[in-house]
Amino acid sequence: MEFLQAIGQYEFLQKALFTSVVVGMICGVIGSFIILRGMSLMGDAISHAVLPGVALSYAFGINFFVGAVITGVLTAVGIGYVSQNSRIKNDTAIGILFTSAFALGIIMITMLKSSTDLYHILFGNVLAVRPSDMWVTVGIGVVVIVTVYAFYKELLLTSFDPTIAAAYGLRNNLIHYLLMTLLTMVTVASLQTVGIVLVVAMLITPAATAYLLTDRLWVMIYLAAGFGMISAIVGLYFSFTYNLASGATIVMVATGLFLLAFLFSRKNGVVWKSLRARQKRVELSK
Amino acid sequence: MKHAISVRELHVSYFGNEVVRDVSFSIEQGSMVGIIGPNGAGKSTLIKAMLGLIPSDKGDIRFYGKETNEVRKQIAYVPQRSQIDWTFPITVMDTVLIGTYPSVGLFKFPKKKEKAWALECLRKVGLEEFRNRQIGELSGGQQQRVFLARALAQKPELLLLDEPFVGIDVASEETIIHILKELQLEDKTIVVVHHDLSKANTYFDQLLLMNKELIKFGATHEVLNREVMSKAYAHQLQFLEKTEVHA
Repeated sequence: MEFLQAIGQYEFLQKALFTSVVVGMICGVIGSFIILRGMSLMGDAISHAVLPGVALSYAFGINFFVGAVITGVLTAVGIGYVSQNSRIKNDTAIGILFTSAFALGIIMITMLKSSTDLYHILFGNVLAVRPSDMWVTVGIGVVVIVTVYAFYKELLLTSFDPTIAAAYGLRNNLIHYLLMTLLTMVTVASLQTVGIVLVVAMLITPAATAYLLTDRLWVMIYLAAGFGMISAIVGLYFSFTYNLASGATIVMVATGLFLLAFLFSRKNGVVWKSLRARQKRVELSK
Repeated sequence: MKHAISVRELHVSYFGNEVVRDVSFSIEQGSMVGIIGPNGAGKSTLIKAMLGLIPSDKGDIRFYGKETNEVRKQIAYVPQRSQIDWTFPITVMDTVLIGTYPSVGLFKFPKKKEKAWALECLRKVGLEEFRNRQIGELSGGQQQRVFLARALAQKPELLLLDEPFVGIDVASEETIIHILKELQLEDKTIVVVHHDLSKANTYFDQLLLMNKELIKFGATHEVLNREVMSKAYAHQLQFLEKTEVHA
């Protein structure tokens, strides 16, 4: 109740809520493709790799969005290049490149700004969302949703069956880098809400929850977006009421939803599976 | 007779290791051709190179006298079955619907007409009742029939199938062969990479025997004789002879 009153009262809280809901939604949408393509680690990598870009943007006084997208995409390209042109496997290439980008970012931020800023970038500070940040997030949200809608067929096909995609003359690489660009944008939008360190949870946990509940891609995307939004709202409530870091509470709610699906999903839930197995054994023993 | 496929002096290698060496042949429209040869003979590689899925070092590939990219819509490809994610959230029906994507085009979605046609294709392979199942819940033979249905949904002039009968049940194999023969009657061209020599003579009019190089391309009975076959399977035969001596 207090939370609802506070929302009505404080503009900063309205902005925080609105921004986190948008972030929850687009993280779910992009996250669905990330987990289906087996790129969860890539999500973690890109989110860390935006740090030097953010630092550079501070240094040159430009919008942090620009720098973040540049270093994010550069890292994605670098990972692809290293894993395709050496015997280094993809996960190792990801590990090497994102940690070095992250380390570089930490050094740059510390040299340029105070450590409080670093703390906010790493862990998020949703209550300090400025109107301009909110509009950047909304803009990113629109771009992400329009792009996913427009290229839905291509995203589905390259994720499910890249060989047939290539036989149809589709460039798998182009779709991959399109997705990496969207991923970078979503990460940047999430910086203030959940912070760099926990972005990956917002990307993969709601999507993984949805994945356990359906056999249709579009349903999965809607569910993932829904779970992302619920996590944002409920998480912000806990954050506000108990004065906790918003990123952490949002992620904990998302994890709670995942656990429920993991245990009780009708088709894949651990509980129903073991019940069905037991029933079968009882039937046979009669 | 019109040539559906003509391949001239095709060379393909993986990291400098030549897998397809100077292969040339032409396939007439309306024929059903089996590509046979020992393991590692470059059969799958040949098909992939024809589709431009892997780069070739040299050579000219034409479908109906045109370059591959100009006629992609008319060519349906059924790859080896193992290469996809079987837990992907997609139903049998939506998998078949993918076959209509090339004709639907960018920024558009399959509509009623496409859905009705996809269902029709699913009916042809006898899997209509499985349309709402997730793709991984089907048996190997059923999955292969779904991928044939997807190829049919594309309304192709030409079908390239890579080892379609590996690891599937007899009934599915018969269904697939039956459909392919029907397509042939409609003057479609069908090329199948094939493993099982015992059935090659009943399935195909023509065979292309290769072992990196093209050994012989001709009517099935001309290729399936001891003298020609031993050229392709020479190593295996030598191996057999050696083991016999040791035994």
